[in-house]
Amino acid sequence: MTTYTDILPQILETLNPYAKKAGQLKETTDLVSELGLDSLQVMQMLLKIEDQFDISIPLNNLPNIRTVQDLGQEIETLLKG
Amino acid sequence: MSLFEKFLSIQQVREELLTNGINPFHLTIEKIISPTEAVINGRTTILVGTNNYLGLTFHPDCIQASQEALAQEGTGTTGSRMANGSFASHGDLERAIADFYGMPYAIVFSTGYQANLGVLSALAGPGDTILMDGDSHASIYDGCRLGGAEVLRFKHNDVTDLDKKLRRLGDRSRRTLIIVEGIYSMLGDRAPLKDIVAIKKQYGATLVVDEAHSLGVLGKRGRGLAEEEGVEEGVDCIVGTFSKSLGSTGGFGVSAHPEFEFIRYTSRPYIFTASPCPSVVASTRVALRIIRETPKLRQQLWENAQMLYDGLEEIGYTLGAEVGPIIAAMIPSKEQALAMWQGLLEQGIYVNLMIPPATPNGESLLRCSVSAAHTSKQLETIVQSFANIHSSLKEPASSLST
Repeated sequence: MTTYTDILPQILETLNPYAKKAGQLKETTDLVSELGLDSLQVMQMLLKIEDQFDISIPLNNLPNIRTVQDLGQEIETLLKG
Repeated sequence: MSLFEKFLSIQQVREELLTNGINPFHLTIEKIISPTEAVINGRTTILVGTNNYLGLTFHPDCIQASQEALAQEGTGTTGSRMANGSFASHGDLERAIADFYGMPYAIVFSTGYQANLGVLSALAGPGDTILMDGDSHASIYDGCRLGGAEVLRFKHNDVTDLDKKLRRLGDRSRRTLIIVEGIYSMLGDRAPLKDIVAIKKQYGATLVVDEAHSLGVLGKRGRGLAEEEGVEEGVDCIVGTFSKSLGSTGGFGVSAHPEFEFIRYTSRPYIFTASPCPSVVASTRVALRIIRETPKLRQQLWENAQMLYDGLEEIGYTLGAEVGPIIAAMIPSKEQALAMWQGLLEQGIYVNLMIPPATPNGESLLRCSVSAAHTSKQLETIVQSFANIHSSLKEPASSLST
């Protein structure tokens, strides 16, 4: 079973191109206010994550995903089915 | 922070957009002259951003029907059909729509926005899934949200992504509603409907097609993309609007499923709103008949679309999609688009300014919607005006800010 601990480094790697400076990305990093992603970038980033983990993230859950940690927990929940 | 303080950021954006005191998103049409002409800022202006595809808003038969309905049935219905009763004309219009589509069940809504809210929220609720195209209209987003279903988005017009997302759903794909549009309003591109119907059948899902911009435009009888592609039997429900080709206000859903009729009893946007007023119902019925009986209008629309498309392409504009009634010129920056929109307006041409976040892929667009009512001379004038502002594209965006 894939756990949050397994997921986190994979997300950090995927999100790395969006970081403004090296070492910026942490579990607590806010995807919108800190990374400065606009709605189009958020959608593109989520599509990458979805394909990476072979999951589909419902739009209904997006308001609850603010940080890297939130995203990791959402992926963990979806992978559990 | 008070509730009203959140509007300060909107105020700032609005002030940036104000060009010589004109707000492109709050434009006043001082006098409407015809389906293709109006007075704006005291200047007679050619309208090429109205979605009045067949130019029926001033058709004498539609006006006469509306006037007769006003005299006979009054100005409004003053309530919802469930609480206050239906006028006979509501039922007549529903039968006319059902007949037009060759499907037995039709429901009329007070606006096109409400048609999507009403149909989508009733069809897919808690425990169900909706798969929507990522470039869908706001009414589709809102309709999906209203019903309480789980909402997933697939990449715009990407059948492979749709297939992937249906596969991930497993058995849940049979309780999944797929929603796409016939023609997408921003760039004017069409859904790959044949492939989508094939996938829908493979997974046993339900397919709704919004033909808002394709009704009266595509298909031998003007029914839309499903008719044009020969896949109407694979579409479970069509939704559409009266406010484009039909030249009035309102919306509808039409289906061959007998259960569709029961949406009336569960759809909040149908139940808790005033029903369409009699004059609107009357003109819509006549417009539907005109679409049916006058294929020449559709032919004229396509000839006009081809002429404008060729003209803009020849000047050197990059256009959003293949030739069609929506022709979107893609402009590199928001500032350039705004300045060029203003330049067109000063020459007496009104088009739609479309900027992010309302646009796909963060594009800035000058969007034209062609009408069968445009004359060749008007189209030549539009092309010439676009030619006059084309040199702005070569200037740096910073010099265009006003």
